[in-house]
Amino acid sequence: MRRRDRTASIVLHTVLIAGLLVMIAPFVWMLLSSLKGEGEVRRAPPTWLPADPTLANFRELFDRLDFPLYFTNSAVVAILVTAGNLLLCSATGYALAKLRFAGRGALFLLVLGNLMVPPIATFVPQFVLVSNLNLVNTYAGLVLPNIALAVNVFLMRQFILSIPDDLLESARVDGASEWRVYWQIVLPLCGPALATVGILTFLGSWNNFLWPLVVATTEDKYTLPVALALYSVGQNQTQYGLLLAGSVTIIVPVLIIFGLLQRRFVQGIATTGLK
Amino acid sequence: MPGKLRDLAVGWSFALPFTLLFVVFLLGPVLASLAMSFTDIRSSDVRDPLAVTPIGFDNYIRLFSDEQFLKAAGNTILVVLLGLPLTIALGLAAALGLNSGLVRFRGLFRVGYYLPVVTSIVAISVVWRFLLQPESGLLNSVLGLVGIDGPNWLANTSTALPAVIAMIVWRGLGFQMVIFLAGLQAIPQELYEAARIDGASRWAQFRHVTVPALRPTLLFCTVIGSIGLLQVFEEPFVMTRGGPLDSTLTVAYSMYSQFSFGNYGYASAMSYVLFVAIVLLSIVWFRLLRGADETP
Repeated sequence: MRRRDRTASIVLHTVLIAGLLVMIAPFVWMLLSSLKGEGEVRRAPPTWLPADPTLANFRELFDRLDFPLYFTNSAVVAILVTAGNLLLCSATGYALAKLRFAGRGALFLLVLGNLMVPPIATFVPQFVLVSNLNLVNTYAGLVLPNIALAVNVFLMRQFILSIPDDLLESARVDGASEWRVYWQIVLPLCGPALATVGILTFLGSWNNFLWPLVVATTEDKYTLPVALALYSVGQNQTQYGLLLAGSVTIIVPVLIIFGLLQRRFVQGIATTGLK
Repeated sequence: MPGKLRDLAVGWSFALPFTLLFVVFLLGPVLASLAMSFTDIRSSDVRDPLAVTPIGFDNYIRLFSDEQFLKAAGNTILVVLLGLPLTIALGLAAALGLNSGLVRFRGLFRVGYYLPVVTSIVAISVVWRFLLQPESGLLNSVLGLVGIDGPNWLANTSTALPAVIAMIVWRGLGFQMVIFLAGLQAIPQELYEAARIDGASRWAQFRHVTVPALRPTLLFCTVIGSIGLLQVFEEPFVMTRGGPLDSTLTVAYSMYSQFSFGNYGYASAMSYVLFVAIVLLSIVWFRLLRGADETP
């Protein structure tokens, strides 16, 4: 039995390591190739290590092209979307979990129903609406349709349900208002849920493509994915090194955040899945 | 103030800001999209959406005789048929491997397999476009080592869609793995102990303890997986622009194209077909995978 376990373990490790290499290799190749000169990126057969490492691609992106601006746009939109969701969805989650008021059941049903609606089913009328509000090509236009997401209310409600009522009741007996209970008792206990919502929302916004593609009509409002996608199919499509450096610019900040918070990421995903 | 009214005021003071934005930007558009799909609204009508002409089911009728759309629908079905079982099988296999108790450095594997999930599809599609290059691409050079002369994956009508699907599976399996891992870890150890005492083999334990216990997780993974796969858009947009010869065109992509041509009514009809397909497929999964032994 023991020997069988050892054999199984060796086979398993071999397969898992091979899989790991397949998962990681594209990232390693991307990072290394973004440091190559244009000739070397196109060389056949491809190389791994850059023969003559250079930051020229990044200099081109950040000095000649407007990547600092796209980076700022992506960051501003993601921060506003995340902050909005944290505030709006935690307050609404609290109301749905712990307060009794007319309309609560209906609101919760609408939130649940909306979980099934894919973004692609709504973007045309969203665009018509944003046009009529004169918000095309503005930060508000980029942010507003994503600032109140059903999934986040759902997550906050589920988490707040698990906070014991006694805790809130004792504060209420002491004369605290509901807003005070929410702000001083509930929110401080919501750390894990807020972290999950915050991470997933930030990431979703940072990587979001379709909506900014539609709403950002001039280059000064492009987010990073929009700029990279349009470069990659437009006149810059033959500048391989540049496009890889662009990919690095989008991916590396996420990898750093992921590296620091990976436990929370994975737990967050798992709780989203199981509740 | 009477108690009920006070409750109402307090409750909505929390929920109203969210509800307003939610109704205006998310719920409203679900209905507006349906309404628009029965009109001939174009980008030039945007400022006056009420002046457009209702045309009944014309958009839907046109849809089902539009060869490009039918091609896109076929491709999207292929993406689901191939992508879903592969993502789930590989995600489940990875989760079972990591959960077997025989593996060291589980955290490392988990992070590595999950890595692609957090990255931008646009950025990762750009990278894969280069990996799949015929001469300078990594894939063909690896294949060359074992004597295979790889094709020009993305320029060939018979290989472009499989190549895009391969990337989708590569990017998605880590998500499934994490969900399956959580599902596996929630199975009480006593069940396995009881099975061992009864003399159950490893396979019997898997078949009679793990599989039934994982059924809700499998249902979740299948539903989420199909919702994602039915909406595939960025990958073909960046990797192939839907080509060659529409061989990687998806429903979401052709909907975006119609939108960018200004055909908003027609694009809305497409989006509703996609939406209905998502709902119907989810219902099918619920029926098939929610076992008869479970209470609803």
